Amino acid sequence: MKIVLVGAGRIGSAIVANLVEEEHNITVIDKSQAAIDEITDSYDIICLNGNGADIDALKEAGAGSCRLFIACTHHDDTNMLACLLAKRLGAEHTIARIRNPENNDDGLSYICRQLDISEAINPESLAATDIFNILKFPSAENIETFSGRFELIELVLHEDSKIVGVSLADLRKNTGASFLITAIQREGITFIPRGGFELHVGDRIALTAAPKEMHKLLKKIGSLRRSAKNVMIIGAGITTLYLTKKLLDSGIGVKVIDPSREKCEEFVTMLNDPAATVICGDCASQSVLLEEGISDADAFVALTNSDEQNILISIFAMNLGVKKAVARVDRKELVQIAEKIGLDAIVSPNSSATNQIATYARALKNSEGSGIEALYKVLDETAEAIEFRVDKELPFIGVPLKEMKLKKNILIAGIIREGVPLIPVGTDSILFGDRVVVLSSGHKLGDLRDIAEE
Amino acid sequence: MVLRIIGLLVLAEAALLTLPALVSLIYGEASVWSLLITMAVCAAVGGLLVLVCRTKNKTIYARDGFVIVSLGWLTMSALGAMPFVISGEIPNYIDAFFETVSGFTTTGASIIPDLSKLSHGILFWRSFTHWVGGMGVLVFILAIIPNIADRSIHIMRAESPGPVVGKIVPRMKDTAMLLYIMYIGLTLIEVVLLLCGGLSLFESLVYSFGTAGTGGFGIRGDSIASYSPYIQWVIGVFMMLFGVNFNIYYLLLVRKLKAAFGSTELRVYLGIILASTAVIAFNIRNLYSGLPEIIRVAFFQVSSVMTTTGYSTVDFSVWPELSKGILLVLMLIGGCAGSTGGGMKVSRVVILFKSAKKEIKRLLHPRTVSYVKFEGKKLDEQVIGSVGGYFILYFALMIGVMLLLSFDSLSFEEYITGAISCFNNIGPAEGRLFGGYMDYSGFSKLVLSFAMLAGRLEIYPMLLLLLPSTWIRKGF
Repeated sequence: MKIVLVGAGRIGSAIVANLVEEEHNITVIDKSQAAIDEITDSYDIICLNGNGADIDALKEAGAGSCRLFIACTHHDDTNMLACLLAKRLGAEHTIARIRNPENNDDGLSYICRQLDISEAINPESLAATDIFNILKFPSAENIETFSGRFELIELVLHEDSKIVGVSLADLRKNTGASFLITAIQREGITFIPRGGFELHVGDRIALTAAPKEMHKLLKKIGSLRRSAKNVMIIGAGITTLYLTKKLLDSGIGVKVIDPSREKCEEFVTMLNDPAATVICGDCASQSVLLEEGISDADAFVALTNSDEQNILISIFAMNLGVKKAVARVDRKELVQIAEKIGLDAIVSPNSSATNQIATYARALKNSEGSGIEALYKVLDETAEAIEFRVDKELPFIGVPLKEMKLKKNILIAGIIREGVPLIPVGTDSILFGDRVVVLSSGHKLGDLRDIAEE
Repeated sequence: MVLRIIGLLVLAEAALLTLPALVSLIYGEASVWSLLITMAVCAAVGGLLVLVCRTKNKTIYARDGFVIVSLGWLTMSALGAMPFVISGEIPNYIDAFFETVSGFTTTGASIIPDLSKLSHGILFWRSFTHWVGGMGVLVFILAIIPNIADRSIHIMRAESPGPVVGKIVPRMKDTAMLLYIMYIGLTLIEVVLLLCGGLSLFESLVYSFGTAGTGGFGIRGDSIASYSPYIQWVIGVFMMLFGVNFNIYYLLLVRKLKAAFGSTELRVYLGIILASTAVIAFNIRNLYSGLPEIIRVAFFQVSSVMTTTGYSTVDFSVWPELSKGILLVLMLIGGCAGSTGGGMKVSRVVILFKSAKKEIKRLLHPRTVSYVKFEGKKLDEQVIGSVGGYFILYFALMIGVMLLLSFDSLSFEEYITGAISCFNNIGPAEGRLFGGYMDYSGFSKLVLSFAMLAGRLEIYPMLLLLLPSTWIRKGF
């Protein structure tokens, strides 16, 4: 599939890395020759030095004949203009990164309609939602929702967990079939476990359950932690803005620290809500953090632009006894290092945005309509959880799951039938009109048909 | 990872050897065994390398790209020389190695005294190496094996000629595939045209391979001289076509005519050919009779020398000095970047002249802010710097080769033209017009083999092979 992307910055590169794996034909436009050199050396793509909102550059990149056009520069205006031009040239679908809060209120849908933009992505807002979910549910490292009926959460098993040392089959017997452990990451390897599998300390597990079951479930397995009441955030960027709004709305106290007075003042103006405390001070200085009561915070969120600073200060916060620390880390290689030294809640605007674009691209690739409703990369992007609509004839409709021949490393993690979530057992079967959540590792599923052996 | 790709390369060579083996079989020659044995050896070596060197990490870096290309080409030449030795048609291994390197690098320099004694299968293999080497075997591998390596652009950069190597479509595999499709297409057209001129299929293939790779191996001792004017025209025009940057053909295929014909490099290339043909034609007007013949002779030689093919229709050593001088300059310039031709490449020459012009302007107006424009775009300072660096290395290496050759008992003219001819992948040397490197010493032949590889791979890969830091990891 032919894709043209404008803007080879942090987000752009992350999107490219993801799309290259799916074997698309990608052309990238960027103004900076250095960015272009870096990205052409790393990925199998072609690059063009130019302005993404320049009609000649767009023509040369073949924007007129591409299936998908993505504009993700730092500037909303450039992105919108680029998408408009590409659409007029003949691009089939356009995605614009629109991140400024003033563009992201009720006017967003108007903008998209007027400019014929197929989808707007807002990585910062997506990241804020991710962090918000984690803070509401501090036991989890990551939470994804499917049609609001199903949740997939990632947990790391600690010594105090009651399910360590228990085999999955026993676990299922003891707790009733209200949840499913769908994938496990142990020592960097991700796999889909069988019944006899025994859980260890340090395993990172992905489990699915209905949202209302989740609370009970976590209590039962001894992983429940109270949701945060006071949150300290460092870095007053756009992600912080979105996050603060959400937290304040649900009655959680927020304290924001940033060294730049200019940024603080801009933040206060844009937030327009005196409930938040904004401190102008050096957020890398321990004394400032202590003075502002870091040890009394329930949760700490590091959202500065420096990955390294975020990791280090989050660890400092955890050592002071803060129960939950969330760090923004953009560089993939640093994510693994950070996890190794004990930081488990890591969020990046990049990965939230790439998830959304991967969903879109995967759905486009299957011409007859893949029925993909949502796609999330989980467990450090080693596995995918995909929600499919069953809206066409499939050979295995009505066949009990235990008789279905699934491909290796694929699991049916949940079925939503007429709005009711269902944890599947062997006797259940997929019916027409269902929504099916599939977990897979090492596959690039684009169609529900592909889960079964030929 | 490096060895694994070289293993794949050797396997590809085994596959390519099937064609000459088939030819040999059709003609019922004994040389078929030498080809089959080589195939078996290649398959064994390649298979072993691929099986043993399995690795999860598929990333290759710039250094790996260079090493893969230089080692790959050496291995291929070393193995490709086997049929000549085993069949006994070139008994000396150094001679056979020289001949194979000359083939793969599309030089066309030969040590064979009498071509008529060679069997068809061996002759076919000899010419086929031109065709394979012209576009590059690694590019071929990139085309057929999906996802061979991450960052495979480093391989293509190291193997393809030109100051800036880019892809023509986003994916490496598709780019390599397209290049080969255009290459095969053009070759087939030439084969058909030669067949129409009354050549046998075998001859058509051999000469098409020689032209396509801009190599210059033939099957007759007197090159193209004894063929009809029609054949000479076809070969002359196709030599010129294969000296054009293949990106231009892609632009033509996708009907971006304006971009294709607006290319500075193409215009300069055609301009040089036209001007040189005119001057030489005027200069040699008394040597041949009739305007058509004069133009044909002049055009053929210009096209042959400029693209570094090395075919000839007449003995141009008897031409006036002016014509010989022009031909020498054309040899140094060479074909376009991204073509199968050798030499400095037209684009480098254009960039050098433009940056020289900019320097002069800067001398006159010290405060001027200007830049070099090439193919409609501002050229990166870094590219200009690297072209300058290449220029220096190019001459340094050529002089080094000359000095090494001077150990041999050759005449002054012989070793200078020998070095220029091999380094630029042209083939015949002055005074030894039709092939004729048989009486160079073994040492000189090895030096020239190195020069040919350095010329074809654009110096850096071969030079890096000599640097200790390429092999010793410690201390970077």
